[in-house]
Amino acid sequence: MKRDRAGLAAIVPFLWLALFFAFPFLLVAKLSLSDTALAMPPYTPRIDWSQGLAGVQAFLAALDGETYGRLTQDRLYLDAYLSSLRIAATGTGLLLLIGYPIAYGISRFRPAVRNALVMAVVLPFWTSFLIRIYAWIAILKPAGVLNAALSALHLPPVDILNTETAVILGLVYAYLPFMVLPLYAVLDKQDDSLIEAAQDLGSTPLSAFWRVTFPLSIPGAAAGGLLCFIPMAGEFVIPDLLGGSDTLMLGKVIWTEFFSNRDWPAASAVAIVLLATLIVPILLFEREQAKVLRA
Amino acid sequence: MDQGADRALSERAPNSRPQIGGVRDTFAPWEDPAAHPLVRFEGVSKAFGDTAAVTGVDLSIYGSEFFALLGPSGCGKTTLMRMLAGFETPDAGRILLEDRDIAADPPHRRPVHMMFQAYALFPHLSVAQNIGFGLKRQGAPRREIADRVEEMLALVKLEGMGKRRPDQLSGGQRQRVALARAIAPRPRILLLDEPMAALDKKLRDETQFELMTLQQTLGMTFMIVTHDQDEAMVVADRIAVMREGRIVQVGRPGEVYEAPADRYVAGFIGDVNLFEGRVTTSEGGRVRLVGDDGTFEAEGAGPVGESAWIAVRPEKVEVHTDPPPPGVNVLAGRVHDYGYLGDWTTYLVEIAPGRLVRVARANTTRTVARPLGCGDAAWLTFAPSSAVVLTR
Repeated sequence: MKRDRAGLAAIVPFLWLALFFAFPFLLVAKLSLSDTALAMPPYTPRIDWSQGLAGVQAFLAALDGETYGRLTQDRLYLDAYLSSLRIAATGTGLLLLIGYPIAYGISRFRPAVRNALVMAVVLPFWTSFLIRIYAWIAILKPAGVLNAALSALHLPPVDILNTETAVILGLVYAYLPFMVLPLYAVLDKQDDSLIEAAQDLGSTPLSAFWRVTFPLSIPGAAAGGLLCFIPMAGEFVIPDLLGGSDTLMLGKVIWTEFFSNRDWPAASAVAIVLLATLIVPILLFEREQAKVLRA
Repeated sequence: MDQGADRALSERAPNSRPQIGGVRDTFAPWEDPAAHPLVRFEGVSKAFGDTAAVTGVDLSIYGSEFFALLGPSGCGKTTLMRMLAGFETPDAGRILLEDRDIAADPPHRRPVHMMFQAYALFPHLSVAQNIGFGLKRQGAPRREIADRVEEMLALVKLEGMGKRRPDQLSGGQRQRVALARAIAPRPRILLLDEPMAALDKKLRDETQFELMTLQQTLGMTFMIVTHDQDEAMVVADRIAVMREGRIVQVGRPGEVYEAPADRYVAGFIGDVNLFEGRVTTSEGGRVRLVGDDGTFEAEGAGPVGESAWIAVRPEKVEVHTDPPPPGVNVLAGRVHDYGYLGDWTTYLVEIAPGRLVRVARANTTRTVARPLGCGDAAWLTFAPSSAVVLTR
């Protein structure tokens, strides 16, 4: 009886996943195997339900991987793919370097201050994401806040809007909370007596950090890294607003294929390739987690 | 104890104090004016904000001693220990280790190691790496560390477990890894913070004896912090009873139990019956006291004409079903309740409305029927030599 009810409860997340992940995914996968057509919607084949089962069979027979072949022929896709991964990796690296000290610093305060600081990290979310990115345009534009500040300090102006630097800056800014929060969660949970034990056994405070605090915070760093790397690799808004036309990223390629070129199969194929690439680190992470849990 | 451990223990026995038995009675450096203490607290005080945690503590701990700090939670015992480990700094007073003031030494430079209450084992390191942690920090050669780790594993009966992770061990095994980790770098004094708090009762009883044997085998100085009086009584050479940041009494377990310094110590260590009264005579090592419950006599001395208390332990009170001849130390009442514990039966005898006296009788024969039941009349007596007089 109790078992049945537990089974029933398990159906809810299952249905959720089926409805909002598996079904859209299959739709995109199907699109990526279709061909473009001058029609509305702009692709073939489509299932002719009036033919019944034969219609479905005819539809399946017309699917092919030709679009994927097209992706390999145009350098643009490969370049965009590599540049997306590079930008996401650089951003994740910088986020780790900036986010770790912030998370560690917060975890060292007494609880009341700690909660206020976590609030401060999350606070920017209360403003519209788009407005915050527009604010960066105002800061980075040639006659913007940044250059005004530089000239006040008698330093030469910089022109970084519409460059990869601006994109990385925007990504790091926007994703910082996603790095800080999981790191803070592991660091805050860590038992202070472990550090005391390390010092008791002869470690200097610095060596206690590297031998105990840091290794134990790696799961948090991995979680934060994935949480940032995956959406950053497919990011569209930030490269579009801050990166100008020079910055190649897959998010923009998908947008262009879909809306400008009306090439839905190509857009879907790019999306599938990106997803396939990102699933690898997720699976590796899951396996590590499972290992830790089993131990 | 299995055979391997017996061997491990006996191998190291020759260069340390002889095994239990008579040792406990002859080992008393604190009575020897020429003996030099290993650790000395001199007027040590510590406050957290407005709360005084430790106030004016003077204490000497001698080499190879098993010393217990006993008191309820919040009495300052843990703070006192943490000051010796270096995790807290005294506001006043000095802490000397081998005659050297160690105030300026950070924890990692003190040859003092601590076994933490929740063990604080490093979860990302193996058992062997945990045990070798301190030696590695000392810069010991790899081979020497490996040998010492093996030796420690044998000592705590965990041979072959070196490659496991702490979370693959049982609670008792984790406790022994924590012990081995603290002992491995050969500290001058080992601090144990509530070492058995996380164990169940049966395991705790066994571990107490093992810990005592281990300490005597190694000849190492141990200082244990505990709120469990049984634990302190079993393991320690001397017990310091603490209350509200101060040390109330320091003595052998027997001294603290049989000659408590005041009512607080008497009540904290074991159960006690107290009878208040006014001292009428005090001569020849005998005190006579008259109070509401009757006339009492006990060994000791007291200020004539002033208030004092007679303290007598439940197991030292005799129960009679017939009235004894009138005299001192005689109480009459009715059995209010009794609890059968297997080895002991505890009776609560009501001698006046609301006044209960606790009596413990050893069940030396296999009689299931009790001579006394609830509501039965009972008379209680005790010898003057079984009672003490307390003036505080």
